[in-house]
Amino acid sequence: MQNEMIANVSALLADGKVDRVLGWKRGELGWDVSPAVFHTPRELQQEFVYDRYCGANLSKYLVAECRKGGRLAIFLKPCDRPAFELLVKEHRISREMCHVLEVPCSGSYSYDPEAEEDRLDIRCAACEHADAHPLHKQVEDIEAMTPAERFAFWQGELSRCIRCNACRNACPACTCESCVFDNPASGVAQKAATNSFEENLFHIIRAFHVAGRCVDCGECSRVCPQHIPLHLLNRKLIKELRNAYGEDASLTAFCETDPEPSDVIGGGNRA
Amino acid sequence: MRKLSLVSLPLLFAAIDERMPLYLPVRSDGRVEFTRWMGGQDIAFTGNTDRSAKDFFFPQSEELMRLRREGKRVEVLDTRREAEDFVLFGVRPCDVKSFDILDSVFLAGPVDSYYATRREHGVVVSLACHLPSSTCFCSAFGIDAADPAGDVAAWLAGDTLYLRANTEKGERWLAAYDTLTEPSDENAIADLQQIRDKVSALPLAKLNTAVFGGDKLATFFDLPDWESLSVACLGCGTCTFVCPTCQCYDIVDFYTGHGIQRLRCWDSCMYSDFTKMAHGNPRTTQRERFRQRFMHKLVYYPAEHEGVFGCVGCGRCLRKCPQALHIAKVMRTLGKED
Repeated sequence: MQNEMIANVSALLADGKVDRVLGWKRGELGWDVSPAVFHTPRELQQEFVYDRYCGANLSKYLVAECRKGGRLAIFLKPCDRPAFELLVKEHRISREMCHVLEVPCSGSYSYDPEAEEDRLDIRCAACEHADAHPLHKQVEDIEAMTPAERFAFWQGELSRCIRCNACRNACPACTCESCVFDNPASGVAQKAATNSFEENLFHIIRAFHVAGRCVDCGECSRVCPQHIPLHLLNRKLIKELRNAYGEDASLTAFCETDPEPSDVIGGGNRA
Repeated sequence: MRKLSLVSLPLLFAAIDERMPLYLPVRSDGRVEFTRWMGGQDIAFTGNTDRSAKDFFFPQSEELMRLRREGKRVEVLDTRREAEDFVLFGVRPCDVKSFDILDSVFLAGPVDSYYATRREHGVVVSLACHLPSSTCFCSAFGIDAADPAGDVAAWLAGDTLYLRANTEKGERWLAAYDTLTEPSDENAIADLQQIRDKVSALPLAKLNTAVFGGDKLATFFDLPDWESLSVACLGCGTCTFVCPTCQCYDIVDFYTGHGIQRLRCWDSCMYSDFTKMAHGNPRTTQRERFRQRFMHKLVYYPAEHEGVFGCVGCGRCLRKCPQALHIAKVMRTLGKED
């Protein structure tokens, strides 16, 4: 598989069809694979890798890479593809500049050096493509909790947040040029969280901000150094949106005849 | 040197915690964190904590003071509470060394009184690293995992815990528990060499530090490698927040309606608003921010601290960076001979 991938993109480079390749690069310890940009077949031969540790979704790197010009080859796993489509649809990347190569995935893993074992990334446990579990199983487990249990669950998870912003920075739906949370003058930057409530709010606000645009790639959970299952917030919203607007609901396909949420769900503000 | 049987360890912990809060590495939900002792916990004697121990002396967020305005008068309020003594037990050799690095920053004049107070009130009991992990490389930075610093050093051997005071503070602290421990021969711990052998066999033990140092600014600053090293950097603050030696902070004022609450919080050189001045951030690209962090550890810090590096090889950046961009990769790439 890996050799075939190297051969394919090496040929593209040799034929001048692309001038660089977005892929994954081997690390020092086997499992510490990083996304990388390759310029020559030699670099690919020496450093390219495709294995179970290649969980990183490469799509978002195209936002920066497309601005540098030229043509790029990019490898996309099934769960990376929707992120790519979203970025094209939102005009964040140029479709014409990208040569997409789809690669199969049988789940991505992280290595736990303490336990000395591989761990299947939490998002993969309910992967739509692996059809091992229905997409919303994890959400339904949380919905089945009482409000008090649910509050305690999220409080426990979110209390571990260190506000490193990895979730936001990895998210393909979070591509604002400058985030309001990075602007000290905004009054909401929250760099010094005065209480844990702010951490909770940050994640809930972010989930709503990307609602309808989240492609469920699960990068937020994969990159979280504190192992908070953030993708579950997004999955809950995906589930609600699908219930209300149907399978293909997306806020990026807005048109003026779209119904108001209160008309679809009922209730609303009609008193 | 003192010793006690592991069976009696809960008694010792209870006695310690009765005098002052005791924090030690506790395993829970697959994570290890310094946690207040309460008995019945799964104490992690091997491996290391997910977060470093720097939180105890340099918390992620702390209130510095308040300002209250009444008419044209502004009152400055010192809101600090009386500091209490506490014990950090089981700090690993790498993290103990990180306190020296934090000290060199916060205790060098002008002394940071918030940090200094916590240091004075904290007793550090280190624990020799009996089972280092594949992500560890403390030996590359000259740390002896078999003989850690700290006020008191501890070793586990068989069913016995050995304790040796390293400082006067440690001696006084240890003497308070003389009824629970018994005297021991200095040479009772046989496996020091065993620990050193394990450490030197680790995959990253041979990381080459010799090519780095305070005089290497011109050697590394403009290398094209920074581009390929940093291209995947997300610009998140994970590496800086889990790092035991990263010590940059920001001071933030919150307007409370009738005054100001002034807080200090961790900052990260990876952030776009780090050291923001009137003209913006002096480092406008992620490549420059990434370079700053590693140059600080390997060149700028040693330049000002007699060649001591700003990294202790704890390996947290290896485990925690979402894209696995860690200091070992940087050192191998920059230090390559070709």
